[in-house]
Amino acid sequence: MFSWAESPARVIAIAALYAASLMACMESTERGAAAITNPEYSDALAEFGREATAEELLAWDIDVRPDFNGLPDGAGDAYTGEEIWLDKCASCHGDFGDSNEIFSPLALGNITEADIESGRVAALMNRSAVRTTLMKVATVSTLWDYINRAMPWNAPKSLSADEVYSLVAYLLSLGYIIEPDFELNQDSIHEAQARMPNRDGMTTEHGLWSVSGTPDVQGSRCVSNCDVDTTVSSFIPEYAMNAHGNLKDQMRDYSPYPGLQTAAVDDAAEPEVVPVNPTDLLAANGCLACHQMDKSLVGPAFNAIREKYQGQADAVAYLSEKIRAGGSGVWGSMPMPPMAQVDAAALATIATWLAE
Amino acid sequence: MKREALGGVPGVIQPAPESFLEPDLIRDISEKGVNASRRNLLRAALATATATVAGRAIATSDPDIVNIPEWSKMLGNAVATNPYGLPSRYESNVIRRQSPGLTQTDQASVAFTPLQHMFGMITPSGLHFERHHQGWVDVDPRRHRLMINGLVATPLVFTLDELMRMPSVSRMHFLECGANTALEWGNSAVPTVQYTHGMLSCSEFTGVPLSLLLERAGFDRSRATVILAEGADGSSMTRTINIENALDDVIVAYGMNGEMLRPENGYPLRLVVPGVQGVSWVKWLRRIEVGDMPYAAKDEASHYVDLMPDGMTRQYTSIQEAKSVITNPSGGQKLLTHGFYNITGLAWSGRGHVTQVEVSTDGGRNWRPARLEGPVLPKALTRFNYDWVWDGSEALLQSRVTDSTGYVQPSMPALREVRGSRSIYHNNAIQTWRVLASGEVHNVQLG
Repeated sequence: MFSWAESPARVIAIAALYAASLMACMESTERGAAAITNPEYSDALAEFGREATAEELLAWDIDVRPDFNGLPDGAGDAYTGEEIWLDKCASCHGDFGDSNEIFSPLALGNITEADIESGRVAALMNRSAVRTTLMKVATVSTLWDYINRAMPWNAPKSLSADEVYSLVAYLLSLGYIIEPDFELNQDSIHEAQARMPNRDGMTTEHGLWSVSGTPDVQGSRCVSNCDVDTTVSSFIPEYAMNAHGNLKDQMRDYSPYPGLQTAAVDDAAEPEVVPVNPTDLLAANGCLACHQMDKSLVGPAFNAIREKYQGQADAVAYLSEKIRAGGSGVWGSMPMPPMAQVDAAALATIATWLAE
Repeated sequence: MKREALGGVPGVIQPAPESFLEPDLIRDISEKGVNASRRNLLRAALATATATVAGRAIATSDPDIVNIPEWSKMLGNAVATNPYGLPSRYESNVIRRQSPGLTQTDQASVAFTPLQHMFGMITPSGLHFERHHQGWVDVDPRRHRLMINGLVATPLVFTLDELMRMPSVSRMHFLECGANTALEWGNSAVPTVQYTHGMLSCSEFTGVPLSLLLERAGFDRSRATVILAEGADGSSMTRTINIENALDDVIVAYGMNGEMLRPENGYPLRLVVPGVQGVSWVKWLRRIEVGDMPYAAKDEASHYVDLMPDGMTRQYTSIQEAKSVITNPSGGQKLLTHGFYNITGLAWSGRGHVTQVEVSTDGGRNWRPARLEGPVLPKALTRFNYDWVWDGSEALLQSRVTDSTGYVQPSMPALREVRGSRSIYHNNAIQTWRVLASGEVHNVQLG
């Protein structure tokens, strides 16, 4: 295998390509390209990254291509697969892969023997037909690759190769693509591929693969008195307007564009009274700028105040007035400014908390 | 739904209602509608306001000015009260939301960006839409690796700190899910722009150009036609990406809007594939394989494929074609009064930059150019603004973008004519918002 470090000539050649590619990358947005245009840095840059080990590649390079490049050894059939399925897959996908409750259905229905012969699923032209995974997917490799890397849902990458072969075999048998006793392995998987119902149903003849592709639809350039049908053909009926919750609560509370009240309004409903935590009020009203709970800062500690006044008959009124109007001399010479911003309810709560 | 909301015929009075109605009355009416007693209060307030407008010189003093507000008379909060800053408590409605019933699990689901509340071109990272296929994970950056293998001279492994020492670029790009606006192929289905277009964002991404890493590994220029990108999460999601894109402007990114990526957006490493649908921007990126044929991964063989009316399915559809949408006023909102409005929205193209946005207020019969806010960047969101005076009659608001290739955004009927209504992905049709005489704004389709 080629060793990067032993080939200085290649390092320099690649470094030149680095610079060129970075420049190309910069050009499109006209940003400063000073970073790596100097070849004297090429050796230093070549220090980044180290060669992957064979074991590492085995652990992470798990993709299986449509030509089955990457497919590991192993084997399984639908009978074995059914047992694993019922244990690990059926709770989401249904016993026969037909459940629509959590995910789109995988199997059953809408595939005919004629489809399997032609390689095109006719029901895909039927507007109302349910579209299952087996109807859509053209490549068996997709099923193998995905089950192997991502399933089961809550324990991905926990299946052995044999288990994946078995599960793919079970799934294919549900679509009558293979017989239940068909042993699916690295060789026989080609036979299964040859019977995939929609194997010829995919096209790359479109403009959305390349940035320079040709669009299939173009808009009108007309700017005045354009001949368009402005009839409203579709709208959301009133009964469905609240299906996403009350839109009023989904727009900014204060806005030139308030949200529509789409939920029914209960005129009798009283606003919910949320109990107030006194210590939250200390933060909200700026008390903590000068006072702490257990040691004196600019002013005395709250605990010290509580200790001094708790149980005194007029403490609530006295402390309320001290907070409202300010004062000095009780705890030292540092004056406390009037706390006029504290509203009456908060004042009462804080004073009561301090005094009781 | 309450139709008799504030000011049955809005707009007859010039000042916004907040200027002459008591806040409690506005809240009461907008929550509970107009009854006899509220109607009397309204009449009294309107009479006062009308007198004020007629007199001009005689204004009722604003209690929010005359009574000095408490925040002008108090000591403010200490620095670092919130060591990682939070929005104002008055912005609590501005959040990501799921569309009820769209998915049966919360791990393979979507939370939409509230586009109706966004300004400018950048999406705050905390409001960036979420689309996961098997939940999101918070990856330990010390234990994260990027592997590059396949058709390369030397398969390589990089640590994150190495990638962060390498030459970096910072770019602003839009990120749109291929399934954005998917619910609208057949008919108007969802009420607000958050749900019609909210799988859309624009951020500044920072990272290493992928081309540098491919060069470092000595990729096979003569054979490479694609790369496969793979995530480190449970789904280990994979997507095939054109080598043309990979060598052009694709970034292996760790930064987003000046900080590290958020976990929901792929922390600590994701692929940025400008102009291409979001599913290809693989999050929690762990591996890039250089190859010579597409991989037909699950999300390019079963999902993210576009079914055509003839039963054939377009595979490896990737580019997000030019698209625009008005974000204010938009579905589910209400105009309170006649007069001037700043119609504003977003436009973008996966093939280049926005060259023009036009706005129609009559359902596409007549169009006039909108102002584009700069910077207008390739494959990035572009903010547009348009002056509009609403006279109180019904209006049909639309926007239409033209991009640097000359492509013009199509109407919904034009798109449906070619692609039918079952292709799910890549719906870039012109959006229509209907403004009723009541001021209510609704999602509709025309023709």
